Amino acid sequence: MPQRPHPAASPPPSPQGGGEGAAPPVLRLSGVTKRFGPLLANDAISFELARGEVVALLGENGAGKTTLMNILFGHYVADEGAVEVFGKPLPPGDPRAALEAGIGMVHQHFTLAENMTVLENIALGTQGFLNWKLDRIGARERIEKLSWEFGLAVDPAARVASLSVGERQRVEILKALYRDARILILDEPTAVLTPAETDALFATLKLLVGQGLSIIFISHKLNEVMSVSDRVLVLRSGRLAGERVTAGTSRSELAALMVGQEVVSPPVPPPEPGQLQLVLNAVSTARRGAGVTLDRISLSLRGGEITGLAGVSGNGQAALAALISGVEAPASGEIIVRGNLAKNWSPRAALSAGIGRIPEDRHAVGTIGDMSVTENVIAERYRTSRFSRRGFLDWRAARKFAEEIIADYDVKCPSPEARIRLLSGGNMQKLILGRALDSAPSVILANQPTRGLDVGAVGYVHGKLLEARARGAAILLISEDLEEILALSDRIIVMSKGRLSAASPRGERTVAQLGALMAGHDMEAA
Amino acid sequence: MRVEPKPAPSFAVTLLYPVAAIALTFAITALLVLAAGASPFSVFHLVWKGAAGSQFALLETLTRATPLIFTGLAVAVAFRAKLWNIGAEAQLYMGAVVTVVLGTGALPLPAFLLIPIIVIVAMAAGGVLLLGPAVLKTRFGVDEVVTTLLLNFIVLLFVSMLLEGPLKDPMGLGWPQSPKVIADAQLPRIVQGKRLHYGFVMALVSALVVWVIMKKTVLGYEMRAVGHNQQAASFAGVPVNSVLMKTALLSGGLAALAGFSEVSGLKGNLTLDLSPGYGYTGIVVAMLAMLNPIGVVASAIFVAGIFVGADAMSRSAGVPSYIADVMVATALLTMVVAILFTRYRLRWK
Repeated sequence: MPQRPHPAASPPPSPQGGGEGAAPPVLRLSGVTKRFGPLLANDAISFELARGEVVALLGENGAGKTTLMNILFGHYVADEGAVEVFGKPLPPGDPRAALEAGIGMVHQHFTLAENMTVLENIALGTQGFLNWKLDRIGARERIEKLSWEFGLAVDPAARVASLSVGERQRVEILKALYRDARILILDEPTAVLTPAETDALFATLKLLVGQGLSIIFISHKLNEVMSVSDRVLVLRSGRLAGERVTAGTSRSELAALMVGQEVVSPPVPPPEPGQLQLVLNAVSTARRGAGVTLDRISLSLRGGEITGLAGVSGNGQAALAALISGVEAPASGEIIVRGNLAKNWSPRAALSAGIGRIPEDRHAVGTIGDMSVTENVIAERYRTSRFSRRGFLDWRAARKFAEEIIADYDVKCPSPEARIRLLSGGNMQKLILGRALDSAPSVILANQPTRGLDVGAVGYVHGKLLEARARGAAILLISEDLEEILALSDRIIVMSKGRLSAASPRGERTVAQLGALMAGHDMEAA
Repeated sequence: MRVEPKPAPSFAVTLLYPVAAIALTFAITALLVLAAGASPFSVFHLVWKGAAGSQFALLETLTRATPLIFTGLAVAVAFRAKLWNIGAEAQLYMGAVVTVVLGTGALPLPAFLLIPIIVIVAMAAGGVLLLGPAVLKTRFGVDEVVTTLLLNFIVLLFVSMLLEGPLKDPMGLGWPQSPKVIADAQLPRIVQGKRLHYGFVMALVSALVVWVIMKKTVLGYEMRAVGHNQQAASFAGVPVNSVLMKTALLSGGLAALAGFSEVSGLKGNLTLDLSPGYGYTGIVVAMLAMLNPIGVVASAIFVAGIFVGADAMSRSAGVPSYIADVMVATALLTMVVAILFTRYRLRWK
C-alpha cells in the first residue's frame, strides 16, 4: 500500500470552503438512536464537530457516551439516525470505513499487542495482505516525525510490554495519526494517567488541534473537561442533556446537568428516626486493582431513615457497597451492627446481620443468568431449614417461595423454572428486591437500584424502599442520579475520592452545592 | 458474520445437538475412510458389528465403557463448577496405586470389608490429588488446566518408579508390574467366564448418585451456582472456595474409582499401560453428555463402542484402528461447536 501523505501536510479530503465561518463540520451526527432490548442507550442524539475543535462528551457511567462513540467507530449499528464525516455519509457498522474516513479512536482499554514493538503495533494492519515485508525504515521515519511534531516521545523499537501506561497511550495516539486520523476520539484517556502524564497529554492535544484535527474527549472528570475542551456536550441516561461553551459554564453547572436537576418528589412522610442499626467506624479498605479505596470512613445508619449517598461514579462508592454487602472485609476500623462488633465479615455475615443487599450490577452480581428464577431467589438462604434438610434441597418449598415473590413483587416471567436471563431488567430487579426485602432486613443497601429501568419500574422500586423505611429499616441509597437521591433521602452524604462529606438533612443543600461537593470542592468545609 | 445469543432451547431440542454432532462426525470420518481406500458404509457396519454385533462384542464394549463412565463423571462434576480438571488420568492411577497397596495382602480382611475400605481410601487419594491444584487456584490464581495436566505426567512417572521399586512383583520376571491383588480384593465378574465385572454396576450407581447430588442437594446447587457465575454466587453467600474444594474431592474421587475398578475388576494388577488415556477420553465423554451424569453413561458406551468396534474393523477391513481416535476427537470438536449453538446463533450479513 502506498504511503499516504502526512496529515498535517494535506488538507482533509473535503472541500474546505472559503472563509473561517463557512467551514462545514467535520462530523455531523443526526438523530442517532440505539436500543439494547428495553434500554435506550442513545436517544436521538445530534451534534456537530468543527475543524480544530475539542468537544468534551461528559456523562456518568451508563449515560451512553461509549455506546455513541462505538456507533461512530462502527462497532455498533445505530437503530436510527445518520453519521456524516466531511459531508459524506459514513456506512454504519464498518470500523474500516470509519478508519478510512479519518476517524481514530483511543480506547479506554488499550488495543496493543504487548509482545510486539511500538513500530510493529503502529504499522500493523496498514499494509496490504500480499505486501508482507514491512517498510521499517519508512515507517520509522514517519513515526519519529509524528512523535517529534506532537510531543509524543516514544521509542519505535521498544517492546510494548516494557512501556508505561502513559507511553502506551502515546502509541495508541500515534497509531491513529499514522493512519491519517482527522477526528480523534479519546475514551476516558486520563483514567489511567498520573497528573504529569495528563498534563503532557493535554499539551499534545493542543498541538493536534493546532494542526486542524478535531477531538472528541470522553470523560466524567469535570476539571479536565473544563481545562481541555472548547465545548461540552452532557449526556444523561442516553439523552443529550445540555450543550455548553466551556468558557461560559462552571463545574457546578456541568455537575448539575450530568445528574439532572428536575426534582419530582414522591410523597415522603416525615422521618421517624429509630435506633442505630449500622455504624462504620473509621473503616479503610485495602487497595485492590485500580479502584478508589475507602479512607477511614465513618457512617451511621438509623432505622426509619433513608441516607442518600451522592457522588460522581468512581469515587469509592463501589468499595463502600462491597464493604457493607460483605464482599470486602475492612482492612482497619470497625463495623458495628446494632451495638455488636461484627467479626469475620463476609456476604454470609452481612446477611445474618440482617442486611438486605441490592447490588449495582444485576446481571453480573445480582443474578446467575443461566439458573432459574427459583434457583436465584433462594440463593441467599438456601441453607435455612425452610429450603434444605440434611444437605438436600426442598425444591417444592423453593418453588413456592419463588411463586410468592413473583406474585408479591409483581414480576412478569413465564414460570419459576425460566432462566432468569430471559427476564427484562425491571423484572430482574423486582426479583432481586423481593429476595432482599422479603426477610424484612433491618438494614438495606440499595446500590443504583433504578439504573436502566423504565419509569414504571423506578416508581415501583422507590415505593418498596419507602415501605421498608416506614417499617423501620435503615436504608443506604447509593445513586448517581441526584434526582433520585433528592427525592428519597432524609439526609444526604456526598462521596468524593474515597471520603464522605458531613450529612445534610433533606432540603438543606442546593443542587449547586451538592454539585460543587461532588466536583471535589471544599470537602472539609462543607 | 455475527454471533448472537439466543434463548435456551427446549429439553427435547437440546437432545438433538449431540445427535447432530455425532452425525457430522460420521460424515467427516467417512471422508477419511474414503481416503484410506475403503467404503465408509462397510467400515461403519464393521465397527457396529464389532461393538454391538454379538454378545461378546457388547460385553466387551460395556467393559471398556466402565472406566470411561467414572472419568466422564469426574470431568462432568468438575466442569459443572468450572473447575477444569484435565487430570483424571493421574487421579485414576492414584486409585489404582491404592488398590494395589491395600489389596495385595497388606490388609487380610474379608471382601465385604476390604473392598469398601479400598474404595474409600482410593477415592480419598484421588480427591486429595486434585485438592492441590484447587488450592493453588483459589489461593494464588494458578491455572488448574496447567497444574492438573502436568500432574498426569508426574503421577505416571511416580507410578513407574513404584513399579520399578517398592510395588514391583518379585515373580514378574523383571517386568514393571505389581503383584496381583488377592481374591478378597477383586470385584466379581457379572457373567461367569466373561470380562464384564461389577465395576460396571458401580459405575451405573455412581452416575445415579452424581445425578442426585447435582439435582437434589445443597452441594450440587452450590456447584452449579459457582460454575455459572462465581461472582454472583459469592455475593449471595455461597462459600465459593469451600465448594471448589468439595468439587475437587468428588471429581478426583470418581476418577480414582476408574483405577480401582480396572485393577480390581479387570486387570488384577497395576501396569504402566493400565489406562490408554481414559482420563483424557473422559473429557470427550463428559462433553458429549453435555455434563449430564446420566448422559455420561450413554456417551461412555458410545465412545467405548467406537474403540472396540474400530479394533474389530481394522482386523477385517484393513483401515487402521486410529480411525477410532480420529472419530472420538472429531466428536469432541463437533460437540463443542454444537454446544455453542445451543446458546448462540450465527447471523450472516
